[in-house]
Amino acid sequence: MKAIKAVGLSKRYKDVTAVKDLDLEIEKGELFSLLGVNGAGKTTVIKMLSCLSKPSDGDAFVGDFSITKQSDEAKRIIAVSPQETAVAENLSVKENLELICGIHSFSKAKTEKKIKELSKIFALDEVLKRKAGKLSGGYKRRVSIAMALISEPELLFLDEPTLGLDVIARHELWEVIRTLKGKVTIVLTTHYMEEAKALSDRVGIMKNGVLLAIGTVEELKSKAGADSFENAFVSIVRGGIK
Amino acid sequence: MKTLAFSKRCAKEILRDPINLIFGIGFPLVLLLLLSALQKNIPVSLFEIDTLTPGITVFGLSFITLFSATLVAKDRESAFLQRLYTTPLSGFDFIIGYMLPLLPIAIAQTVICYIVAIPLGLTVSVNIIYAVIGIIPIAVFNISLGLLCGSVLNVKQVGGICGALLTNLSAWLSGVWFDLKLVGGVFEKIANVFPFLHAVEFEKALFCGDFALSKAHILPIIIYSAVITALAVLCFLRQMKKQ
Repeated sequence: MKAIKAVGLSKRYKDVTAVKDLDLEIEKGELFSLLGVNGAGKTTVIKMLSCLSKPSDGDAFVGDFSITKQSDEAKRIIAVSPQETAVAENLSVKENLELICGIHSFSKAKTEKKIKELSKIFALDEVLKRKAGKLSGGYKRRVSIAMALISEPELLFLDEPTLGLDVIARHELWEVIRTLKGKVTIVLTTHYMEEAKALSDRVGIMKNGVLLAIGTVEELKSKAGADSFENAFVSIVRGGIK
Repeated sequence: MKTLAFSKRCAKEILRDPINLIFGIGFPLVLLLLLSALQKNIPVSLFEIDTLTPGITVFGLSFITLFSATLVAKDRESAFLQRLYTTPLSGFDFIIGYMLPLLPIAIAQTVICYIVAIPLGLTVSVNIIYAVIGIIPIAVFNISLGLLCGSVLNVKQVGGICGALLTNLSAWLSGVWFDLKLVGGVFEKIANVFPFLHAVEFEKALFCGDFALSKAHILPIIIYSAVITALAVLCFLRQMKKQ
């Protein structure tokens, strides 16, 4: 079953076309990366698929729900961890997690169980009582992703999850993301090639709002006739393959 | 429950910011203490505690506007609201969630002002309770004005508009510091158009137990509260859709 099916999805802002005629299918349980340089349209795709922004043309189905006609239903099965760290800064980590549990109307028992479970997955026990605003970038991202997972979404959107993190924090977060693979369909955007390579089942390469190529890392290398993923990316972005 | 969860978060964000506490509670109290000390040393009746205190409680609410606007603008600028827009929270939940915690904060601010004014010579009567209850429609106006500003302005603009312009408008056009009749003319007419003077006169009338006079001032407050609340809701929902 498809977790996402986008048909002719486009987004225009006045004279600028941010995303053009995107056709995309993502399988359930897949970890799909949208790779591209800044301004490629990756975040716009995520915003449309997560019902934050209405498409100018086309439609997409998240599970069985149209993002244009059934956005309320679609929102129930998705969660987003935005590019900027989206935590309530003056609240402790535990309070941030409790907030999202409260928004999803969880019982007290379920809230406690969920916090315990996510603290273990994301190694948050040490920082549960600390204010989210005082945490390091790496921990903030973990909290942000943990908050997104509280609702047990079928689909998780991670927008540039490791942007601005140091190499250790990035690798630690990759480990966490790997533990989620298969349990939830993940769509992540990144402009780090090694991130896309390390985590993804398939990668879509975008430039100027257009999806240029799609496939596994090996398939993309083969399509581009390149010996490394980096060379394949450069070749595809420069128009080396159609 | 989801509205309450969001509302609790907003209350925590406001109350845990020390600057909010300093301005929200500390500043009105400092004004109350300074002006009543000044009154003791001047021969004319300018800052009598019985007329000053109701005015200060109304002036203090301009900081509630600032808190409300700053919180909404900050949330809009960060990705926090973006995250919450993908949850089952509706526009109604957001608006109530922002407004609800500020009302008890506004009431608490008023109660503290009256309590501090008692040892300074405030006449103690049951009218204090009426004055505290009477602060509610004025607080609704101030909170809604904050929600409106926070929905259309960024954090920097909120600082300028709500932090500087609005507090000054509220100070000059409310008659807290001087009797506007002494100035008269166009200035008094302009002051009558805005809700600040009516709010102060309404509170003073309630405190004195002059309910007939309070009735004369409640209508503009209710009209302003209703219009600003409606505008705030519209602007918030509009920016929510824009996301």
